[in-house]
Amino acid sequence: MTLARAEQASRRYGDVLALDRVDLEVRAGELVGLLGPNGAGKSTLMKLLVGLRRPSSGRVELFGGDPRDAASRRHIGVTMQETGPPSTLRVGEVVDFVSAHYPDPVPRAELLDRFGLADLARRQTGGLSGGQRRRLAVALAFVGRPRLVLLDEPTTGLDVAARHTLWDAIRAFHDDGGTVLLSSHYLEEVEALAHRVVVIGQGRVLADDTVDAVRGIVGVRRVSLVADDLPDLPGVVRTERVDGRLHLLTTDADELVRALVTARTPFTDLEVRPTSLEEAFLAITSADVPADTGRPTTAAAGGRPTTV
Amino acid sequence: MQLALVHARYQLLEIIRIPVAVFGSAFFPAASMIFFVVPFAGDDPVGATYATASMVTFSVMSANIFQYGVGVAEDRDQPWNPYTRTLPTGPAPRFAGRVLAGLALTYLSLIPVVVIGATLTAAQVTPAAFLLALCTVAVISVPFTLMGLAIGYLLPSKAAIVVAQLIFLPLAFGGGLLSAPGDAPGFIETIAPYLPTRGAAELMWAAVADYDVEPMAMIMLGVWVVLLAALAGWAYRRDEGRRFS
Repeated sequence: MTLARAEQASRRYGDVLALDRVDLEVRAGELVGLLGPNGAGKSTLMKLLVGLRRPSSGRVELFGGDPRDAASRRHIGVTMQETGPPSTLRVGEVVDFVSAHYPDPVPRAELLDRFGLADLARRQTGGLSGGQRRRLAVALAFVGRPRLVLLDEPTTGLDVAARHTLWDAIRAFHDDGGTVLLSSHYLEEVEALAHRVVVIGQGRVLADDTVDAVRGIVGVRRVSLVADDLPDLPGVVRTERVDGRLHLLTTDADELVRALVTARTPFTDLEVRPTSLEEAFLAITSADVPADTGRPTTAAAGGRPTTV
Repeated sequence: MQLALVHARYQLLEIIRIPVAVFGSAFFPAASMIFFVVPFAGDDPVGATYATASMVTFSVMSANIFQYGVGVAEDRDQPWNPYTRTLPTGPAPRFAGRVLAGLALTYLSLIPVVVIGATLTAAQVTPAAFLLALCTVAVISVPFTLMGLAIGYLLPSKAAIVVAQLIFLPLAFGGGLLSAPGDAPGFIETIAPYLPTRGAAELMWAAVADYDVEPMAMIMLGVWVVLLAALAGWAYRRDEGRRFS
């Protein structure tokens, strides 16, 4: 069953195209990570899905209805990227206020306990630390016993311990059958939580697959070596020089090394390593632009086409 | 409706936690009572009653212009406001809650003026007139609520504070609130009927004393309500369009 859906959804703010014909389906029981750099369109997509914004074209659906109808939002919980509760209200009051909108809310003490906020119930939210306020914002998404939670960068600004508390709470919700759509630019977070990753860059869906597959699709390898000057090499998506070493991110390490040798380039200390998801993700984002500008259409290391 | 009350309750809580905010809208009319009404009209029952009613009008005006003008503008800056729109309800309960909370605060801000009027001056009203005055307060809140909403939805919060401050004093003076009925300087008597403050004050005067309202002031009050409602409605829709469409 599909709980949230975007179909060819585009969103324009003035001259800026924030989302470009995005297709996304979140099915019951999934834990989907929405991954992309700042400004990629993650928050815009979240806003469309929760009804804060209307798509300029295409459509979005929540539980089969328009997210802008209050009834469609009955079974969701939301944490937006920015959610500062009124600073003079106490933590417990903020929870009670949100609870009042749901027929069967989680009791206040239980909710606060689950998110490590039990000691703070009497504190005014203005006196909370950034991390505490963030945890409260995430906790509020779970007040109404939602079937789907949409969390926009839930752990931004949290320290490691607080982040793990949140991760545990999100995992526990998912283990109980809850569905999660969570955006992040922390790859570690998506790797730790999500089963499925949707990579967004420049308003478009660049990849939508399992965490492993997203790595495989790009098959990005890091080739590093010491050399003065390099010829034009195939499949290079990013070049960095750190402490005299050149680091090349490539979709096809074999082809690159072959070209390096064929060109008789002098080099020493060659190393080929797999990359982190972060590098893979940067590769898809940047590979998106020169996709068909002269790069040889070689197969990637995983044997699949490089264009996503 | 239930939810509107919930929203009203938490909005009141929010404001009451900063007592200065409540105190602010009550201060100026209360101070005017002590400095102008008590020494100059305090001993004359009729004059003191009119003057107290004028100050109540003043208080209603400033409370509404400030709390809606500044409150709405500040609210629009806060991320909490869009968050509440993701809850399973439309914008109506929050809006209704705001109006209810606004009315409650307006009555609260009247307490000092009424207490000073009752204890330090010879002003007097019958219980029936007092009840009528309470209802009149709700009626004359309408134009100033709309004015505040228009300011709040049109302007960013820093500009809203300035505009509210620029507006409220000329409206009070120009409407003849700081003089006895028919006793204001000539040019004010001329312009007063065309300002919403005058129509509002005349309704208050008629509620607490034997005063015949001037038709022109009533017509203009109606015109103001229509104009301000149109302006506030337009500003609200413009804001919705910018932030939620």
